[in-house]
Amino acid sequence: MTEPLETHHKVNPRNAEYNFAYLDEDTKRMIRRAILKGLAIPGYQVPFASREMPMPYGWGTGGVQVSAAVLTPDDTMKVIDQGADDTTNAVSIRRFFEKTAGVAVTEATAEASVIQTRHRIPETPLTEDQILVYQVPIPEPLRFLEPRESETRKMHELEEYGLMHVKLYEDIARHGRIATSYAYPVKVEGRYIMDPSPIPKFDNPKMEMAAIQLFGAGREQRIYAVPPYSQVVSLDFDDHPFDPSKADHPCDLCGAEHSYLDEVIVDDAGGRMFVCSDTDFCAARRAQGHVGRLGTEDAA
Amino acid sequence: MTPLLSVKNIAKTYGRQIGCADVSFDLFPGEVMGIVGESGSGKSTLLNCLAGHLAPDRGEVLFDTRAEGLRDTVTMSEPARRMLARTDWAFVHQNPRDGLRMGVSAGGNVGERLMAVGARHYGEIRETALDWLDQVEIDGARVDDRPSTFSGGMQQRLQIARNLVTGPRLVFMDEPTGGLDVSVQARLLDLLRGLVRRLGLSAIIVTHDLAVVRLLADRLMVMKSGHVVESGLTDQVLDDPQHAYTQLLVSSVLQV
Ligand SMILES: Nc1ncnc2c1ncn2[C@@H]1O[C@H](COP(=O)(O)OP(=O)(O)OP(=O)(O)O)[C@@H](O)[C@H]1O
Ligand SMILES: [Mg+2]
Repeated sequence: MTEPLETHHKVNPRNAEYNFAYLDEDTKRMIRRAILKGLAIPGYQVPFASREMPMPYGWGTGGVQVSAAVLTPDDTMKVIDQGADDTTNAVSIRRFFEKTAGVAVTEATAEASVIQTRHRIPETPLTEDQILVYQVPIPEPLRFLEPRESETRKMHELEEYGLMHVKLYEDIARHGRIATSYAYPVKVEGRYIMDPSPIPKFDNPKMEMAAIQLFGAGREQRIYAVPPYSQVVSLDFDDHPFDPSKADHPCDLCGAEHSYLDEVIVDDAGGRMFVCSDTDFCAARRAQGHVGRLGTEDAA
Repeated sequence: MTPLLSVKNIAKTYGRQIGCADVSFDLFPGEVMGIVGESGSGKSTLLNCLAGHLAPDRGEVLFDTRAEGLRDTVTMSEPARRMLARTDWAFVHQNPRDGLRMGVSAGGNVGERLMAVGARHYGEIRETALDWLDQVEIDGARVDDRPSTFSGGMQQRLQIARNLVTGPRLVFMDEPTGGLDVSVQARLLDLLRGLVRRLGLSAIIVTHDLAVVRLLADRLMVMKSGHVVESGLTDQVLDDPQHAYTQLLVSSVLQV
């Protein structure tokens, strides 16, 4: 990120028709301006003119545009989808940037300088040298109870956030506890209430991190940001405090006790196992010799 | 004594159409003011100007704020006005759909204003909601049901509970009994009268039903074509109307 951001050269000789990272420089400048504004007002949704991207909206066009605007030729990119580097979505976005920006790519969290993600924060703590870009479907946390955009904007402006607790109240009334387990609302730096995108609430505490966090919603045309070391508080009630806990199992492959797990059905008889959703984290642990209940020494 | 609300020369036009004009009055703490008049006489326009929903063209609406005494709510900042609207004021709409969140449970509807002013203890919010459902005669067993499953009368009572839960100092009501069956109206009126007496509410009630003001209002303003044509103590105005229009209004009711 210390590189100058002007990147006019066309890097990939095989795809000389693309500007670096696909977007033209005017668009990148517009998006960078939105990002800077977002960083200046943590948690505030900045409108931007989302561009047509060569992929459908559900595929993270907001995140892709934010990544395209912050990438430099020296960056190393990682793309994850639900924690995995090898889903169709993750692979196609990674290929997109390999092709249009010619940047190095990696699956190792620690080696990446820009990480685009859908639905997870990596288990490995991020550093000041990294940027985490989230793909966001619905940026407005108040949308669920107040569909009028004019009204939600006013609520943010005037910090009228009672409605957000109504949502949690409804949860407890219906389920006996706060049942929201994804996209769990947070308050950033004591001011704006923000949707952290559909990450599991288990990941919420990680949002107080050293890396820059950028959020892009393509269809909804919003960008927001959390600067490094910002305060990020998950909303709750005094008698129903926020609980980020996850399934009470270690990973069946690598034995990790404190990573977020996916439940996998392994046979027709209803057999199941729990495995780290962060595939890079799990593979690295197994490479170091950690073995879970169903893991084998050569599993990785 | 300082009035709770002091209205001075309020006027509002819609293009060339007069909404209301030259309305002035004081409302003192604990008083209920009724506003009556035929359809189109400007009652709702006036009420919406007083409650900050509409910006009047002229005039002042001075409210006795807790912190700074009488302040003009027309010229105060929007955040300050919205703060009043969710703390010291309450507004009961004729159509409960305008005043309720239909997708939220009865308990959530009552609790919203509490949470808006910082309540963060679920158990206490729920207790208060249940208490208020009881006060408006809604079975506590319905606390988790959505208002869309309630009858019109229940919805209106829920709207009243939702508004009164934070102990507002001034309640605005626009035709609170309108659109309900006569028998349901009577029950709601009784309930409202009980609440007004017990809580010592200060309120401004718009209606074209003279039975409503007879039962609830200490004082009365009669509107016609946007102007107040007569005002005074309710019984005096209704029993001995001075203005020809009021006489007509009163006699047409007596004929019913
Ligand atoms: N939004 C508007 N645009 C134009 N004219 C309006 C608007 N609202 C009200 N008016 C007009 O202003 C006048 C007063 O209307 P208002 O709604 O205040 O009467 P009202 O006494 O509340 O009537 P009702 O008993 O039918 O509710 C009427 O002539 C009405 O047609
Ligand atoms: Mg009206």
